[in-house]
Amino acid sequence: MTSEDRPLKIVIVGHVDHGKSTLVGRLLHDTGSLPEGKVEAIRAMSERRGMPFEWAFLLDAIQAERDQGITIDTTQIRFRTERRPYVIIDAPGHKEFLKNMVTGAANSEAALLLIDAAEGVQEQSRRHGYLLHLLGVRQVAVLVNKMDLVGYAAERFGQVAEDYRAYLAGLGVEPVAFIPVSAREGDNIVRHSPAMPWYQGPSVVETLDRFAHLPPPVDRPLRMPVQDVYKFDHRRIIAGRIESGSLAVGDEVVFSPSNKTARIRTIEAWNVPEAPERASAGQSIGVTLDEQIFIERGEVMSHLEGAPMESNVFRARIFWLGQVPLETGRQYLMKLGTTETRVTVEAIERVIDTDDLSSRPADRIPRNGAGEVVLRARRLLAVDEYESNPATGRFVLVEDYRPVGGGIISMEGYPDQRRLVTVKSTNIHAVGHAVTREARQARNGHKGGVLWFTGLSGAGKSTLALALERELFAKGYHVYVLDGDNIRSGLNANLGFSPDDRAENIRRVGEVAALFADAGFIAISAFISPYRADRERARRAAGGDFHEIWVKASLETCERRDPKGLYRKARAGEIPDFTGISSPYEPPESPELVIATDELPEEECLARLVRYVEEHFRT
Amino acid sequence: MNHLDALEAESIYILREAFAKLDRLAILWSLGKDSNVVLWLARKAFFGHVPFPVLHVDTGKKFPEMYAFRDRYAKEWGLNFIAEPCPPIEAVDPTLPPAARSAARKTLGLKQALEKHGFEGLILGIRRDEEALRAKERYFSPRGADNSWDMKDQPPEFWNQYMTDFPPGTHVRVHPILHWTEVDIWRYTKRENIPVIDLYFARDGKRYRSLGDRDITFPVASEARTIDEIIRELETTKVPERAGRALDHETEDAFERLRAAGYM
Repeated sequence: MTSEDRPLKIVIVGHVDHGKSTLVGRLLHDTGSLPEGKVEAIRAMSERRGMPFEWAFLLDAIQAERDQGITIDTTQIRFRTERRPYVIIDAPGHKEFLKNMVTGAANSEAALLLIDAAEGVQEQSRRHGYLLHLLGVRQVAVLVNKMDLVGYAAERFGQVAEDYRAYLAGLGVEPVAFIPVSAREGDNIVRHSPAMPWYQGPSVVETLDRFAHLPPPVDRPLRMPVQDVYKFDHRRIIAGRIESGSLAVGDEVVFSPSNKTARIRTIEAWNVPEAPERASAGQSIGVTLDEQIFIERGEVMSHLEGAPMESNVFRARIFWLGQVPLETGRQYLMKLGTTETRVTVEAIERVIDTDDLSSRPADRIPRNGAGEVVLRARRLLAVDEYESNPATGRFVLVEDYRPVGGGIISMEGYPDQRRLVTVKSTNIHAVGHAVTREARQARNGHKGGVLWFTGLSGAGKSTLALALERELFAKGYHVYVLDGDNIRSGLNANLGFSPDDRAENIRRVGEVAALFADAGFIAISAFISPYRADRERARRAAGGDFHEIWVKASLETCERRDPKGLYRKARAGEIPDFTGISSPYEPPESPELVIATDELPEEECLARLVRYVEEHFRT
Repeated sequence: MNHLDALEAESIYILREAFAKLDRLAILWSLGKDSNVVLWLARKAFFGHVPFPVLHVDTGKKFPEMYAFRDRYAKEWGLNFIAEPCPPIEAVDPTLPPAARSAARKTLGLKQALEKHGFEGLILGIRRDEEALRAKERYFSPRGADNSWDMKDQPPEFWNQYMTDFPPGTHVRVHPILHWTEVDIWRYTKRENIPVIDLYFARDGKRYRSLGDRDITFPVASEARTIDEIIRELETTKVPERAGRALDHETEDAFERLRAAGYM
C-alpha cells in the first residue's frame, strides 16, 4: 500500500449510545494518534470525579457534554493509519442533534455506521442510513458494536447484519462491509480479534484504508456557478469554483439562465509563475471574457454543449430540519449553487417514513422527516439533475435566516424550458432591419412605445383609450388601440377564458404591442390585465418603451357604472372568475401614470394623458 | 490537484462567499502564521488585492519582532490597515485566572473595535485541530449582539451553503482555514514563500509554536531552525500546538468560557 498525504474525511453515525464516541477514542489510541499525556490526563480527570474511565471522554472536551453524557456537536478529530491520515467526524446520534449529523455527514467522503449488537437496528440507525444516501455518501461500512455484551456470538451478529442489509437494499445501498466489533475492548478495530475467530473479514482500519478519495468530477460537463464579478483593476474577472468538468482559454461558454455567450480570454491567477491555460473541477478560479457581457452572481457558466437545464419548476427529494414543518404553499429562500431565489412548495407528493421506507401523501413534512416535493420559483433557474451532476443538482432551503432543509433535484416530468426562451436557429438574427428605429423616429417626429392601460372593468380604459387615439391621431401621431374585440376576433380567436388562456391572451397582446412600438407606433392596450406577472412580461417584451398606466376607480364606482351589466351578472354568480368580485386585481406597484377616473372629469383625464404623451414621445 | 491545492481552493471559495454576501467585512490579523496564510489566501482570492480592512487588535504586549513585521507588510502588501488598542486590564473581570483575564481583555478590545467600525463580518484564522472547542466551529459562525457564541445551537452547514443572512444585531465570524492543520500551514507557507516572524524558528533549543502576548506565551523545546525542520518536527511530535499558551492550562473550562464570550 502506498501512503497518501491527503486526509480522508469520514463520518461515524448511528443511534444514540451505540458507541460512536467510544469508537473514535479507541481508533485514536490504537493507531497511536493521541498527543502525549492525553489518556493519562483523562484517566486522572475521571478519577478526580469518581467516574470509571471512558474512551468517549477523549472527545467530550466540553463541560456540558460530560455533564449530560452525550455528544452535542460534530467534532473533527484527526488520526492516521499506515496508509493515510483521516479526519473523523464524531456525529452525534441523539435525535435532537440531527442537524449536526447532517453537517458532519454532508462533508464526508465515507461513513462508518454503528449498531449496538444487543439493541439491534433502531430508529436512528435507519434514519442515518437514509440520510447518508440522500446526502450523497456512497462509501459505507456497518459496524455491529458491543459484541462483548452478546458473548461474541456469530449468530447475533448475523441477525443484526441481515436486518440492516435488508433495509439498505431498499435504498439501493450496498455497504462495503459488515464488521463485528467491540470498541470498548478494541476487538477488530485495528487487528483481528481472537474472541471472534469465526469472522474472517477486514478490521475497521483495514476497511477504512480500502475507501478511496472521490476524485473531482472532471469528466462531467463544465459547471462554474458565478460567485462574483471583480473590477479591482483594469480586468473584469468572473470568479467562481469549477464544480465539474474543465475549461481552457479560447473555449466558448454560455451563462445560464441569461443565455449569454462569450469566449474565455484569460484564466487569471495571482502569484503563479505563468498564467494558466486550463482549469478543472475543484479549482477556485477567475476568467476574463472576450466580450463585455453583463454577468451576475448566480449564473452558471458551462460549455454550449451539455449546458444545464432551465426551469422554474422541479421535483426534489428533501430532508427537513426546521422546527416548523414544511407545508404546501409555503415560501422558502432556496440556495442553489450561488443562486438565491424564493421558491413556493407547490405540492408535497409524498412523505417518506424512514423506519420502513413506506410513503404516504401528506400536506406537511415534519422536523427530521423526508419526502418528495414540487418546488416553483418565480424565475428561470439553471438546474441539473442530482444524478447527473450532484454539485449543481442539490440545494438548501432557508427560513428565518436558518438553513431548514436540503434537497436533491429530479426533473422527471418537467421539460427543459431553455428552448422556450432561447432563439435556437442561428439563421434568425434579431430582425436585421435596414430601417433603424432612429430613422422611423426622425420621420414620424415621435418615438414608438406602449401605453399599457390596466384597471377594473368599468374604470374607463376603453373609453379613454379610444379618445386618446383620436386626439393623438389628430396631432399627427401614429397610434393604434389594441382592445379585446380586435384581438379576440382574430389573433386570439383560439383562446377562451380559462386562467391559462387569459394569460396567453395577455402575453400575445404584449408581444403585438411591442411589435407596433418597434414599428414606430404608439400602441395603446386596454385590458384589465389583473396580474402583475403578466404586465411585467409585457414590459419585458417591449424593452424600454413601456408605460404602465393605471386607470383607477374604486370597485364601488365601477360597479355603479356597470356599462355592460357585467357586475350584476357576476354578483348573481353568472360569470365565474370576475375580476374584483371573485378573482383578484393586483394593482400596479409603480405605474408610470395614475389616472383616477372617479376623481377627475373625463376631459381632465384625457388632457393629462395627452400631456404625458407629448412629454415622453415627441422628439 | 494535490492536498494543498484542495485546501486553498476551499478557503478561496469561502473568502469570496464572505466578500459577496457580507457588507461590512474585515479580516483580523494577529500577525501569526495562521492569519498570515489567511491574508495570503485573500490576495489569491481577489487577484492581488485585499478588498476590505485588515484589523489588528493590539494588546500592546506583543513581541517587538511582531510589530516590525506588521508595519513592514501592512505597507508592502498595500493593506487597508487598522490598529485598535485594548482597554486597560482593570476593565476586565478580575475573577478570571491571569492568562484568561489577559485574553478576555483582548476579547473586549475586539468587541470595541467591532462596534466602532460597525463590521458585520470578521474573518479569522482559527483551525479545528488547534483546540477541541474550535473543532466544533462552523465556517460561517453567527454571533449574538453581545458577541456571544451559542455553541449548542449552531446552524447546520452543508453542501458549501453557508449562513450568510442574519437578523439585525448579529455579526458573523468567517473561518476560511478551519479545515487546515498546523503542518498544512507550514507546508503552504513554504510552497508560497510567505514571510513569517523569526520567533517561530529555534534559538538555543527553543522556539515559539504559537504566538500571543509576551507575558503569557512561552517557547517549547525544539531544534527546528527552518520551515523544513518545523514540518519534520510536526510530523512526529505529540506535544499539542498550544502547549506554550498559559491560557489553555489554567482551568478545565477557561477556554470554553472565553470562547462563549467571544474570544477567537
